[in-house]
Amino acid sequence: MDQTNILIEKKEKEVLVDHFTGRKYKDRLFLSAVIFFSLITISFVFLIIGAMVLKGYHQINWSFFTQVAPDTFTAMMAKSSGQLIPGGIVNGITGSLYLVGLASLIAIPFGVLIGIYLYENSKKRYAAVIRDITDVLQGVPSIVVGLIVYLWVVVHITHGYSVLAGSVALSIMMLPLIIRSTEESLKMIPDTLKEAAIALGTPYYKVILRVLIPTSFSGLVTGILLAVSRILGETAPLMLTTLGNPAINWNITKPVSAVPLLIWQFYNDPNMVDLIWSSTLFLMGFVLILNLLSKWIAAKRRF
Amino acid sequence: MNEINTTTKPSILSIEDLSIAYDIDKYAVRNVSAKIEKNAITAIMGPSGCGKTTLLRAINRMHELYPNISTKGQIKLYDENIYDMSTIKLRRKIGMVFQRPNPFPTLSIYENVIAGYKLNGIHMKRSERDEIVETSLRDVTLWDEVKNSLHKKGTFLSGGQQQRLCVARALAFKPDVILLDEPTSALDPVSTAKIEDLLVELKKQYTIVLVTHNMSQAARISDNSMFMYLGELIEYEDTKTIFTKPKDPRTEGYLTGKFG
Ligand SMILES: Nc1ncnc2c1ncn2[C@@H]1O[C@H](COP(=O)(O)OP(=O)(O)OP(=O)(O)O)[C@@H](O)[C@H]1O
Ligand SMILES: [Mg+2]
Repeated sequence: MDQTNILIEKKEKEVLVDHFTGRKYKDRLFLSAVIFFSLITISFVFLIIGAMVLKGYHQINWSFFTQVAPDTFTAMMAKSSGQLIPGGIVNGITGSLYLVGLASLIAIPFGVLIGIYLYENSKKRYAAVIRDITDVLQGVPSIVVGLIVYLWVVVHITHGYSVLAGSVALSIMMLPLIIRSTEESLKMIPDTLKEAAIALGTPYYKVILRVLIPTSFSGLVTGILLAVSRILGETAPLMLTTLGNPAINWNITKPVSAVPLLIWQFYNDPNMVDLIWSSTLFLMGFVLILNLLSKWIAAKRRF
Repeated sequence: MNEINTTTKPSILSIEDLSIAYDIDKYAVRNVSAKIEKNAITAIMGPSGCGKTTLLRAINRMHELYPNISTKGQIKLYDENIYDMSTIKLRRKIGMVFQRPNPFPTLSIYENVIAGYKLNGIHMKRSERDEIVETSLRDVTLWDEVKNSLHKKGTFLSGGQQQRLCVARALAFKPDVILLDEPTSALDPVSTAKIEDLLVELKKQYTIVLVTHNMSQAARISDNSMFMYLGELIEYEDTKTIFTKPKDPRTEGYLTGKFG
């Protein structure tokens, strides 16, 4: 009786060991596959960044940030005498900041308000409709947004390409991202916190302003920064709304340049190809900083 | 059996034939009438789902946050029907402490104590604020533990300390009544004992209504006890009587652990 028991136990152990080694083997296989594919992905990222740095770094100097883009003739002369292309992309940088700033000014209040509305009325049918519309909006191709804004703003309001039109187009693209991130970060606040404020005799609008928004602030900012970095590289809608401008412009009804528009322009001009890489490097760097910033803010939230 | 009230001592709250339904005809509290003794601890006991939380939240009208709720009957604070008062005024007179400590995570310990004033935009002189913060924190015996870190976030404190901070926050308005819904159920025994001592101390200045699942807690610290069952107030006596000579078999069954 004892003997057989021991035998059975031994058998079970062997089976167990087999089972474990089998699992170990599978684990290793899986792990190597994961490492393999992530290495491929990472190397692509590094290849892209490396190519941009190598091809673009020598154009990045003081004048790159202080002078407007050169015309094709100057660029050709410099190129044929083997010099760096003079000038920079300051008209694009200022234009991008102007457009993105104005777009944020439009999209943030609307987006946050709609996000709060959805959070407060999450079960109502009207909210569900708005949520669906938001999803649809997020899926609309950016060129279509550009076209619509062209028809509304360019044709009827500013009667020509303008900063306003570009900002409206970009703000429409930011809206769904901000709405969703606002709603999601509000949802993460425990109900008990809201109740604590209400139990202190706080009127509801003050609960929203003084408890909900500050508590979800890092979430809100993260969402906004991600939306900004998403539209920073948008080109197609800008082509239909702000067109571009060889000079710096602060007039809201006049066309303006933007970094992605300049990249497109450089791409189409064989004399200016060298400027593509430095401009792309700048854009990537900017987006990267925004992303890191939003990660850092997100990491600081506590719940 | 609903008009139970044995206390002849001065009362502060008077619950009169109160019924509350979350949905049409689904009553969570049925025809409850009771007077709450001033400067005493009143415990509300009963099995899960019997309506303790609902009754407690009705006392500062927090139950109205649920959309389809309906309320019949009335509650009087002194002689004023609370359903005729503004909720804002009422909630400053009747404070509340929740099951889980919920200090505001964005505010410091100091700001948490005066959160009621801060959130409502009530401005005070610096010295007044300091005074309120210090007395409230002393009242909950937290002052000595936190006086050197008043400007740190409240969420750095231990669970028990956080709960005492939440009591201090409720005290800052100098309310008449403090409602507590199972305030120690998320705490360890040491922190629980501290809160219990605190409540006994606080009843000198305040009236306390305490929902508890813990019968020995009710026996230890309360002066009067209610036993609720299926939304009804089955028995309401001074605590000694209810624990030694319960009248209703359901009360006895609960207290002897036959159900709960
Ligand atoms: N938000 C709500 N919507 C609908 N019904 C609810 C809601 N909250 C509570 N109820 C119901 O009301 C009744 C009483 O609930 P209540 O929370 O007051 O009980 P309780 O005695 O506090 O229970 P516990 O000891 O579990 O906290 C229960 O039957 C419960 O299902
Ligand atoms: Mg409860």
